[in-house]
Amino acid sequence: MRANRFIVALILILTAFGTQAGPQIQHWQTPNGARVYFVPAPELPMVDIQVAFDAGGARDGDKAGLAALTATLLDEGTDALNADQIAERVADVGASLGSSSSQDMAVVSLRSVTDEKLLNPALDIFTRVLTQPSFPKAAFERERSRMLIGVQQMKQSPGSIASETFYTALYGQHPYATNTAGTIESLNKIKREDVINHYRRYYVAKNAIIAIVGALDRKQAESLAVRIFDSLPTGEPAATLPPAADLTEAQTITKAHPSTQSHILMGQPGIKRNDADYFALYVGNHVLGGSGLVSRISEEIREKRGLSYSAYSYFSPMREAGPFTLGLQTKNESAQEALKVLGETLRTFIAQGPTEEELKASKQNITGGFPLRLASNKKIVEYIAMIGFYGLPLDYLDAFNGKVEAVTAAQIKDAFQRRVHPDKMVTVIVGGNG
Amino acid sequence: MKRYFAVPLLLAASLGLSACQATAPKPLAAPQESAAPQAVVVNGVHEYRLDNGMKILVKEDHRAPIAVTQVWYKVGSSYEHNGITGVSHVLEHMMFKGTQKHPPGEFSRIIAANGGSENAFTGQDYTAYFQTLEKSRLPIAFELEADRMRNLLLPPEEFAKEVQVVMEERRMRTEDDPHSLLYERFSAAAYVTSPYQNPVIGWMNDLEAMKVADLQKWYQMWYAPNNATLVVVGDVDPREIYAQAKQYFGPLQPSVTAELKPQREIPPKGQRRITVQAPSELPYLIMGYQVPSLKTAQQEWEPYALDVLAGILDGGNSARFAKELVRGSQIAASANAGYDLTARLDTQFLFDGTPSDGRTIPELEQAIAAQIQRVKDELVKPEELERVKTQVVTGKIYELDSVFYQAMQLGMLDTVGLDWRLLDEYPNRIKAVTAEQVRQVAQKYLVDNNLTVAVLDPLPLDTNAVRKPTMGGRHAR
Repeated sequence: MRANRFIVALILILTAFGTQAGPQIQHWQTPNGARVYFVPAPELPMVDIQVAFDAGGARDGDKAGLAALTATLLDEGTDALNADQIAERVADVGASLGSSSSQDMAVVSLRSVTDEKLLNPALDIFTRVLTQPSFPKAAFERERSRMLIGVQQMKQSPGSIASETFYTALYGQHPYATNTAGTIESLNKIKREDVINHYRRYYVAKNAIIAIVGALDRKQAESLAVRIFDSLPTGEPAATLPPAADLTEAQTITKAHPSTQSHILMGQPGIKRNDADYFALYVGNHVLGGSGLVSRISEEIREKRGLSYSAYSYFSPMREAGPFTLGLQTKNESAQEALKVLGETLRTFIAQGPTEEELKASKQNITGGFPLRLASNKKIVEYIAMIGFYGLPLDYLDAFNGKVEAVTAAQIKDAFQRRVHPDKMVTVIVGGNG
Repeated sequence: MKRYFAVPLLLAASLGLSACQATAPKPLAAPQESAAPQAVVVNGVHEYRLDNGMKILVKEDHRAPIAVTQVWYKVGSSYEHNGITGVSHVLEHMMFKGTQKHPPGEFSRIIAANGGSENAFTGQDYTAYFQTLEKSRLPIAFELEADRMRNLLLPPEEFAKEVQVVMEERRMRTEDDPHSLLYERFSAAAYVTSPYQNPVIGWMNDLEAMKVADLQKWYQMWYAPNNATLVVVGDVDPREIYAQAKQYFGPLQPSVTAELKPQREIPPKGQRRITVQAPSELPYLIMGYQVPSLKTAQQEWEPYALDVLAGILDGGNSARFAKELVRGSQIAASANAGYDLTARLDTQFLFDGTPSDGRTIPELEQAIAAQIQRVKDELVKPEELERVKTQVVTGKIYELDSVFYQAMQLGMLDTVGLDWRLLDEYPNRIKAVTAEQVRQVAQKYLVDNNLTVAVLDPLPLDTNAVRKPTMGGRHAR
C-alpha cells in the first residue's frame, strides 16, 4: 500500500475550549481482545476507520524498514485476490485504503461511504488485506526495491539526512534509533519470511485497536469490528519497549551536503505519551517554539533576524520517551549564528520560564482552539486512535482543557529545568561543507 | 508559515481540485445594501456583493462550532512580469507586518490569543489569507483583514528581514530539492510567453533586487475590496455574516485595478527538451503537454475529458500507471499523471516519474509514451471509465468533511474567474464524458508538438566523488 502521505503530524494544537466537551467515545472489546473506540458522526454518509497495531519501526530489530515494508505489502495480494483485483475493488466502490507506519505504530485505514452497496465490498477488501495478506514473492521484491529507491531519494534531501542522523544519535541502541524507512544494508537483508513473521507476531487482535468515526450506529460499529477482527488470531500484545536512556554528554555531528542551506536539529529524548510532566512541558513548549510565528524561537530566528523560513521546537510524545526537537534551516553562512541564537533562546527559557503574559497567550490559543481540533471526522478518528493506542483515559479530550489551564509558569520552569538539558544535547548540522 | 502553494507538479490533481464548466457566470442582482441583502443562493452557498464591489460567499456547515474565513485576491505570480517575479508572494508575507492600528506581528498574536489558526498562500492565479476560529470570533478576523486590505504600512526594516526569510524559503523548497528544481526549469522551458513560466516564489535574482517600492506599487494595484472575495464556511448564519462583513469591509474604498493583459501562450511549434544537472542520487523525468483549462477551453467538455484521462492513467492504485508501470512492467518506481483544470490560463497535462532500479529515463519516457499512444488508439474500457466516475462521486462526499477545503474550492474558482456554481455540476460533467471523448482529447493534445520533456541528470552528492559513468547521459543506477 502506498504510505499515506497525509500523516498528520501531531503538532496539531492539542487544546480544549471553555467547558466544551469532546466527542463521547464509546469503547469496548471484540471477543478476541481488540480494543474498539467509536464516535458516531451521523451528519455525513461516510465512515473513517483506522486500525493501529503496535507494530511500528521499533519492532524492526536489526532489519530496519521491516515494519514499513510489511504495512506496504498488505494490499499486494491476499489468499484469493491479486494486487490489481484489490485495487480495482477498492476503486469500484470509491473507497480509499491506506497504510502507514511510524516508530510506534502500523496503521491501516479505510474511508468509505456508508451506502450498504458500497460499504460492504469496501469492508470485505479491508478485512481481507488485514487478515489474509499473502505477501507474494514478486511484490515483496518490487516493494523492497522501491523502498531502496526511497532511501536513495532521502539522501538527496539535507532535511531527511539530518532527521535520520538525529534519531540515530539520540537513541543509540534503543529501538527508536531505527530508521523506519530502512537503510540500503538493512533492506537488502530482509527476507520475505521476515515480513511474514512480523505480520504473524504483531498483526493480532490483542496488539490492535480500531477507531471508527462515521454514520453508523453502535450495532453496526460492533458488527463491523467483529467482522474485521474475527479472522485475526487473538495473539499477545507486543513486548514492553525498554526505556530510552538519557544522553550523558553533548554531541555535535556535522555532515557535508551540496546544498545552499544547512539543516540544524538539536534535541534529546523527551517525553512519553502518559508522562507526568506532559502538560507543563507541552504548554511551556508552546511558548518556546510550538506556536508557529508567535513562539520565542520563531521570533528570535525568523522575525527578528530573518534567518530561517521555519524555526520551531516540539515534543513528540511516544510510547517511550519520544524526541524533543528544535530545528531550523538557514543558508550555510548563517548556520553558526542561527545555532547560537537557538541555543541561547532555549537556555534563557529554561532559566527563566515563560512570562505570565506568554503563558496566558499560549493558554488562550490552546484552549480557544479546542473546537478546531475536532472539526472533522478525519481529525476525530486520529485523536481517538491515539487515545486508544496509548491507553489514555476516555475523557482525555474533556479533561485536556482543565489540565492546560492548571499549568503555572513555575511548573513549566521546574519541568524544563528537570527534563531539558542543553548541555547534553545532540546537535546535527547537514549542509554545505559541514 | 505563510506558505505559498507553488502547486508543485501534481499537487493540484492530488488535492482533487475539482470544478466547473466554462459558461459565463450568471449576472448578479444589482448590488444592494439595504437591510435585506440580495443573496443568490445555490445549493447552500449564499452570494452577496457589497457596494464597494467585494464579493462574499457563505456556506453553512453546522457539524462543529467553528468557521473558516478566507480572503482571496485576484493576484498571483501569473500577474507578474520579469524583474518582479515573486512580488505577490513577498507581499503576502508582508501582510503580517503591520498597519497603523496593528504593529508587525500583532495580527498573528491576536488570532492566536483567540484560539485561531491562520496562514496564507500564494499561487499562480491567487493570493489568499485564512483564519479558522471558534464561530463567535469571526468578527475579529474581519476587523484585521479589512484593516490590512487598505492600510498596510510595509516598513522598510521589516521588508529587509522578510525578503531574507523568503530567500530561505526558496532555498529550502527549490534550490536544495532536485525535483522542485527540475519542475521550475521545466516550466521555464514549457511556457514561452505565458507568465506561468515564472516560479510563484520568484527567481532568486528578482528577490535580491526587490524593493519596498515594488511591493507598495503591487499593493496599491491589487489590494482593494473590488478585487477580493470573502469566503466563509462553517457554523454560521449567512445573513449575520453578511451584516458583519458589511460592517468591517463595507467602508473600504474600491480602487481601479490594473487591466490584466491576456499573455496567452503561443502555440507550440515542436518539442522542447531540457536537461538539468544537479546533485542527486536518482534521475527524474517530467513531461508536459500544453492543454487548455476550463477557463481557456474552446470546447467546454474537453477539460472534463482531460480530467477523466488523468484519472484513467493515475487515479489511484487501480489506474494504469500503478498497474502497468509500477506493478506490471516495473519500469517505474513511481509514475504520475496530473491535470489542473482550474488554471486561469492554458496549462500543462503533466507526467512525472522515477525509473526503478536498473531502468533508465529513456525507458520510462518510452513507457509513458506507449501509455499515451494506447489511449489514442483504443477506447478506454467501460469499467475504467465507471471507476473514475465513482471516485468523483464519493470524492464529493469526502470533501464535505473539511470546511477549509470547501471554502478553498469556492474561493479558487471565483478568483480564477470561473463560476463557483460549477462546483455542483462537476460530477455530472464528469459523468457525461465518453470513452470517445477521452480518446479525442488524447489525440488532439497529447501530441509531440505540444510536448516539453525535462530530465534531471544526477551529479554526485559527494563533491569529492568521481561521477558515476552514465549511459546516454542519463543512466539510472
